[in-house]
Amino acid sequence: MLDSLLALWALLPEVVQTVTLIAVKILAIVIPLSLSVAYLTFVERKVIGYVQVRIGPNRVGPRGWLQPIADAVKLLTKEIILPSSANLFLFVLAPILCLAPSLAAWAVIPFADGVVLSNIDAGLLYILAISSMSVYGIIIAGWASNSKYAFLGALRSAAQMVSYEIAMGFALVGVLLAAGSLNLSQIVYAQQGPFWHWYFIPLFPLFLVYFIAGVAETNRAPFDVAEGESEIVAGFHVEYSGMTFAVFFLAEYANMILVSVLASLMFLGGWLSPFNGLLPESVLTVPVLGALLGDGAHWLLLKTAFFLFLFLWFRATFPRYRYDQIMRLGWKVFIPITIVWLLVVGGMVLGHVGPWFA
Amino acid sequence: MNSVVNYFKSLLLLELLRGLALTGKYLFARKITVQYPDEKTPMSARFRGLHALRRYPNGEERCIACKLCEAVCPALAITIESEQRADGTRRTTRYDIDLTKCIYCGFCEESCPVDSIVETHIFEYHGEQRGDLLMTKDKLLAIGDKYEKQIAQARAQDAAFR
Repeated sequence: MLDSLLALWALLPEVVQTVTLIAVKILAIVIPLSLSVAYLTFVERKVIGYVQVRIGPNRVGPRGWLQPIADAVKLLTKEIILPSSANLFLFVLAPILCLAPSLAAWAVIPFADGVVLSNIDAGLLYILAISSMSVYGIIIAGWASNSKYAFLGALRSAAQMVSYEIAMGFALVGVLLAAGSLNLSQIVYAQQGPFWHWYFIPLFPLFLVYFIAGVAETNRAPFDVAEGESEIVAGFHVEYSGMTFAVFFLAEYANMILVSVLASLMFLGGWLSPFNGLLPESVLTVPVLGALLGDGAHWLLLKTAFFLFLFLWFRATFPRYRYDQIMRLGWKVFIPITIVWLLVVGGMVLGHVGPWFA
Repeated sequence: MNSVVNYFKSLLLLELLRGLALTGKYLFARKITVQYPDEKTPMSARFRGLHALRRYPNGEERCIACKLCEAVCPALAITIESEQRADGTRRTTRYDIDLTKCIYCGFCEESCPVDSIVETHIFEYHGEQRGDLLMTKDKLLAIGDKYEKQIAQARAQDAAFR
């Protein structure tokens, strides 16, 4: 059976084989990603509930585990209301423009040693370029809705995302200075070694700036002025309903996961085990324990989950920033810090400091 | 000097970390949610829920149509009509409470000289049609008959304070 299938596969033209393989790989990334997004919403409600001394959703399915499924079904079956004075083409295009970049960026994310859809050398540059695209979705959504609240939300998020892009970009410049490569896999390899070899120690200010800018970039609390329920209702997506709203939601959470994965790749050594190089060969060859303690995608998953928990923790803790304070933080605090620390990193690289730049 | 200290305090995110520590502590605190249909909070003997008209043990209705409740009702939810019965006593021919107007203040219960109109502990009721929440005399008496034991018990519990 398997032999005949393989024979059939070999008969296919090379183009078809390549395209099918890539499509299967894309599905292997996108389907788990969508599931993670769905369950991230559930975890968010649970974590925020627990912080607020309540239980959170626990009615749908065992302990509420089917809640995201119920939410998805609800959103899928709801009517999509198209405002009569909206620009319909752009109105429908905006959520797609929002979601597409946050999915496309996953193409260059390495999940483990060599497990990556396309191992391109300009990976970091590609990430920067693609993630800046998602602001267009929000601006277009705000404009096409032809609603004052949506327009205000779009203006806010445009200004905010553009300002924080710079701080974030500078933080990434520090990483590529340290690693000497734009390729994400190379950046992880450059951090090879036990956990004190990871870049979060020499690049600590950049690490903080990157993560905080990432929170701002994804329009999450405490930087969620673009949505700002208490001020401008729901900001850029007031007019959206049903599936179009769900796509915005999906994009926001996919972006959160992306920022977390990038933070773990660039500052916490990606799929590298914290005990890398510490354990003797005899431990690593033990069947299950060795695989758990050795390098692998599970470490990346764990580190990403940590950052995602931080996102939720922040949301449960901090009140929303005032709009002008966000701008001040971005331009007057983060950018100077990153520039100063870039000089420090340059000095450390020239001086071959510590285990990181030796 | 002070401003410099403050600058470094905010630069090191100390205040934010303290906030995170506080919410982090509550993450592990005991959850106080009461899971309503499965669990219920304790209810006072003075709880004011759905209304009922009571009877004396011999089956005679208590209401003497004094209309004090109708007069005291701040929401004008009570409508009473009365007439003399064959035995010479005055009784209601109509006793309506519009539950959509009622604000459950308990004044009717307080004003009643014969403990006839009372508010029971029933709060989980609903109407499916327009008239379902307009309680007539028959409906109120039926509730009173059905829950007399509970009503009497609540009254006995609260007697010392009345």
